[in-house]
Amino acid sequence: MPIMTDLHTELKASIIEQLNLEDMEVSDIENDEPLFGDGLGLDSIDALELIVLLEKDYGIKLTDPKKGREIFESINKMADFIEANRTK
Amino acid sequence: MKNLYLHEDCIISPLGCTTSENLEHLRSGTTGLQKFNKSEFLDTPICAGVVNSEVLAEAFSAIGDPKAFTKLEQMMLLAVHQILIKNPDLNRMETGLIVSTTKGNVHLLEDLCVFKKERLLLSNLGEIIKDFFGFGLKPIVVSNACISGGLALAVAKKMINAGKFNKAVVVGGDMLSKFIVTGFNSFQALSETACKPFSKDRNGINLGEAAAAMLVSDTPKKDSVTISLAGDASANDANHISGPSRTGEGLFKSIQNSLKEAGISSEAIKAVATHGTATLYNDEMEAIAITRSDLGATPLHSVKAYYGHTLGASALIESILCKHMMLNNEIYPSLHFNKLGVSKEINVVTAYQNSINLDYVLKTASGFGGCNLAMVFKKEGQNG
Amino acid sequence: MANLSIDHWVRIKDGKIIADGEVIFASEADIASFLKAAFKFLNIKYPKFHKMDRLSKLGFIASETVMKEEAEISEDTALVFSNNSSSLASDQNYQESIKNFPSPSLFVYTLPNIVLGEISIRFGLKSENVFFIEDEFNAKLLIDYSAQLIESAKANKVLCAWLNLHNVEYDVFLWLSSESHKKEITEEQIRKIYDADYD
Repeated sequence: MPIMTDLHTELKASIIEQLNLEDMEVSDIENDEPLFGDGLGLDSIDALELIVLLEKDYGIKLTDPKKGREIFESINKMADFIEANRTK
Repeated sequence: MKNLYLHEDCIISPLGCTTSENLEHLRSGTTGLQKFNKSEFLDTPICAGVVNSEVLAEAFSAIGDPKAFTKLEQMMLLAVHQILIKNPDLNRMETGLIVSTTKGNVHLLEDLCVFKKERLLLSNLGEIIKDFFGFGLKPIVVSNACISGGLALAVAKKMINAGKFNKAVVVGGDMLSKFIVTGFNSFQALSETACKPFSKDRNGINLGEAAAAMLVSDTPKKDSVTISLAGDASANDANHISGPSRTGEGLFKSIQNSLKEAGISSEAIKAVATHGTATLYNDEMEAIAITRSDLGATPLHSVKAYYGHTLGASALIESILCKHMMLNNEIYPSLHFNKLGVSKEINVVTAYQNSINLDYVLKTASGFGGCNLAMVFKKEGQNG
Repeated sequence: MANLSIDHWVRIKDGKIIADGEVIFASEADIASFLKAAFKFLNIKYPKFHKMDRLSKLGFIASETVMKEEAEISEDTALVFSNNSSSLASDQNYQESIKNFPSPSLFVYTLPNIVLGEISIRFGLKSENVFFIEDEFNAKLLIDYSAQLIESAKANKVLCAWLNLHNVEYDVFLWLSSESHKKEITEEQIRKIYDADYD
């Protein structure tokens, strides 16, 4: 059973809402599924919106937006990054 | 298909309130960009092309009350005014009026000040210009992202060919606002320093505000060299709404079609005035479209490092600059270029050139929504 | 000057979608419910729809209704659109977001021609685009411009539209034109379709 913390669930819910992923449930997103490209199919505007989400919900200001792609690879990667850097 | 001939013009920008002032700075490679550590637009540093509001208001007060018009309106009205004083015999009842802007008076969304809500409407901006000068025909307002200024010229050509009028004043403008600056900032598209089109270390755009106007008609100047819009084409990338196609699809198609309409091959093009915004993706895409069109060796420049990206004014200003380069046999240098930073070999002009005969010049532009535009300007009425 | 035909048209207002004279869909008029229900009615898989702003959704539904009547879609189907409100509804949304965290996904829709991009992506149109801002529906401008495009071989078909969204009030009229050697559509006929009531 994959580890599912509150943060993982919270993230999935936020992403569904912020990115207008209509008709998607939290249970539809896997923790290690690629968010960009083939998996969830997010695009460059979604990536920018995720950068805003990091600051808005977790107080993390991404100084190098190019790092975004690494951090947003999957829910797991995002959660790890947030745990390590959150100020909220 | 009648050609569209370019007559008097005026550029209102940080580089001056007349075209000749602007040209002086372009020839000497003097930028109009300024650095701001903190500004009314953003808390973080930006580099932008800002028109001095006091200087503008003073110039405008000669023709109207600056308190009754927004900064954008003052710039656009001043530009049109200069065209009209040079053409006192122009029949304003029969002259078309074509207006290009991307966001108009959007700054009023934050604070209407003394203005009514209707001022936000771009059609209202058209009416203001029409009424100020007593134009007789309904203005045509074009709002199609950053190709608008050039598209307005293409619209003028089509409407003249449709028999709506023989002459038109084309005016374009956009002004800086928190709305626009924060928006591009949310795209991580801004550079904190002066932009470097096509350079290896380019890291984003600078924004700018400006206005420009030009008189166009279906008749060339008598016994003189005139520049015409010999071909134009636009094509959507059909790829993404805010990022350009990686293969430059739409721009390549636009270039090919504009050359076809002008009845020439790419060999005839002597210079290319690019869009060159200095984002990683735009410049790369443009270089690809240009080299796919066999224009890799053709001298090219971007003037975004003089003005910043002036959105709805940019393609019109840059078309006016093409006209003057062709009339004066010169190419204005592309600023802040050090090392080539695109994957294709292109020929960036970094020093002012003159005594260069430009009988055909290509102007390219691209914008959000996947739009692209190419225009071929032709020098006509030469001797020999 | 090229003569144009009107191949198919769609009218969207008051919760109804009227295609070529027939009311094909009716639901609640309120825009949020209407857009959701209309998209469901289209019965297509296009998750990107939900990211669009309301103006783009209206344009998407209108063009989908007309284009699905076409056996083959030419990439040179030009888009000649117009409205009065530009992207004002989205501008207001973005302006709100500036108060706290400027939103890039809202900012991207603060230009009226973005809907042309969405339609181009949907149908693979690599064609001429223009977006005019007028105080009211001006059929003549759109017809004249389309005729010029077709006459100069810059397009073989043109999708023309009045696509207006004033706060939550929507008023859409979209039609597909091509060169006609028989029946030529007039400004009066187009205006008649626009002004008519459909029950």
